[in-house]
Amino acid sequence: MNRMRRNWVGLTTLVNKEIVRIVRIWTQTLIPPVITMSLYFVIFGSVIGSRVGKISGFSYMAYIAPGLIMMSIITNSYSNVVSSFFGAKFARHVEEILVSPLPLSLLLLGYMAGGMVRGLLNGALVTLVALFFTHLEPAEPWVVISVAILTSAIFSLAGFTNAIFAKKFDDISIVPTFVLTPLTYLGGVFYSIALLPPFWRDLSRVNPIVYMVSAFRTGILGIRTMPLTTAYSFMILFLLLLFGTNWWLLKRGTGIRN
Amino acid sequence: MTEPILTNTPTALEITGLQKTYRNGSTALRGIDLRVQPGEFFALLGPNGAGKTTTIGILTSLVNKTAGTIRIFGIDHEKKTADARALMGVVPQEVNFNLFEKVRDIILNQAGYYGIARTEAQPRCQMLVEALHLTPYQDQMARTLSGGFKRRLMIARALIHNPRLLILDEPTAGVDVEMRHETWQFLRELNAAGTTIILTTHYLEEAELLCNRLAIIHHGAIVAQGSKRSLLEMMSHQTYLLDLAAPITVLPDLGLPRVRLVDPEQVEVAIAQNEDLNQVFRALDTHKIRVQSLRNKSNRLEELFLALTGRTP
Repeated sequence: MNRMRRNWVGLTTLVNKEIVRIVRIWTQTLIPPVITMSLYFVIFGSVIGSRVGKISGFSYMAYIAPGLIMMSIITNSYSNVVSSFFGAKFARHVEEILVSPLPLSLLLLGYMAGGMVRGLLNGALVTLVALFFTHLEPAEPWVVISVAILTSAIFSLAGFTNAIFAKKFDDISIVPTFVLTPLTYLGGVFYSIALLPPFWRDLSRVNPIVYMVSAFRTGILGIRTMPLTTAYSFMILFLLLLFGTNWWLLKRGTGIRN
Repeated sequence: MTEPILTNTPTALEITGLQKTYRNGSTALRGIDLRVQPGEFFALLGPNGAGKTTTIGILTSLVNKTAGTIRIFGIDHEKKTADARALMGVVPQEVNFNLFEKVRDIILNQAGYYGIARTEAQPRCQMLVEALHLTPYQDQMARTLSGGFKRRLMIARALIHNPRLLILDEPTAGVDVEMRHETWQFLRELNAAGTTIILTTHYLEEAELLCNRLAIIHHGAIVAQGSKRSLLEMMSHQTYLLDLAAPITVLPDLGLPRVRLVDPEQVEVAIAQNEDLNQVFRALDTHKIRVQSLRNKSNRLEELFLALTGRTP
């Protein structure tokens, strides 16, 4: 059998399986994020936001919309992969793939694609919700699309790393609770880091989510708080670093082989 | 049971100097060598913790080896991992499929991982589902299956890509007698059709019934390997139980070694390779002791196994 075809069929099988999983448990994967983000829009955007002045010429509701969409993409991409891959490890059905000829790089790519599908699907749903509250017209559509794709890929891979090291179900909630949520909330979702005092502004620059939110906001609202090249450079660097790390961990069998 | 196919086909499985030491320092395999010829039905036997599952784990890429080489039909398992894996099918000891997936989807997804598109795999999937009596359950979630049918599903899944080498780790553990016999029949037919099969089992009668060659592993080393016949010939004695027609309280001196009264109705006799049972019958007859029936004390392979693993009762 042609190796390329074998690999392609293997990869698409894994991606399809992940998509079927997302759809099968839609009440866990698609509905809760939409409800949560609707509440954010109502509480922060409508109730509190109406008392906040304009930021960079936009209403507070319009200003936080890109951040909330990104937040949804980040958390859903991450949680999809961490729960799916850890679940496969826990129930041992990851062995179905490990005994097969599918290369480890494609296993990683398959799970990453699954996380991206859920992240982007949720991003799209939250965008639809946002349209009920505010007017959004992408200033730079290609920036919006590329940043959304890169962000979902990065956090899918981060979720994969978490799943590799996780030994029990508690381990898959520690990182989202203690790392991901604080980084997201402090990543400029609800405010512009330009409003922060210099020390906190500089500290925020080590938070990778700042670059993603900032670039996404640029794409939607056209506000430029940092050069897009800087944001893209960071994102591509994170993407390569995480992919390489995960591939290396898989190769040496961390968390999957004795 | 078929004889090995004698052609120029490379050895189905060739393991040389396989070693495994776990991180905690425990050594599971101490350099085992194993050869399985194409078409063989080969049994790998050993007590718990002997190294069987570690060996299979390394073969199936679920355990990293410490040293040694493996070739599957001449293909280096380390250098051409994907090609070597494509030739193997694995039925593990424990259930390892997603219980929330449908039976048919589990089989078809596995085909996909081996590069067979869903539509291409449908006919073979249907054939396997029927052959393993899974038809009524094919659209049900796997968690609804009984233990025996879960094992059958794992066999169907392992065969979907038509592997040349099938590895079965305790395939009938916990399966009822009827289903076990059906599985044996299925495996016999599969082997007769040319699939090389490696089996580990705790049921030694299963190994004796199905396999033509076997190896016994103990403390991470192969202590015996060869044809079933040659290994059984290694046994110095075979033990029989004679059921007496009438009870006796004391066994008279028969002038024979290794004869003892187990209970008033049963005598145990151990016969060496160069002896026969007639001398025992004659000796009993002189004392008017009549034998009603006779049977092996245990499965022959079991006796050999116990002898080689130092567990002779």
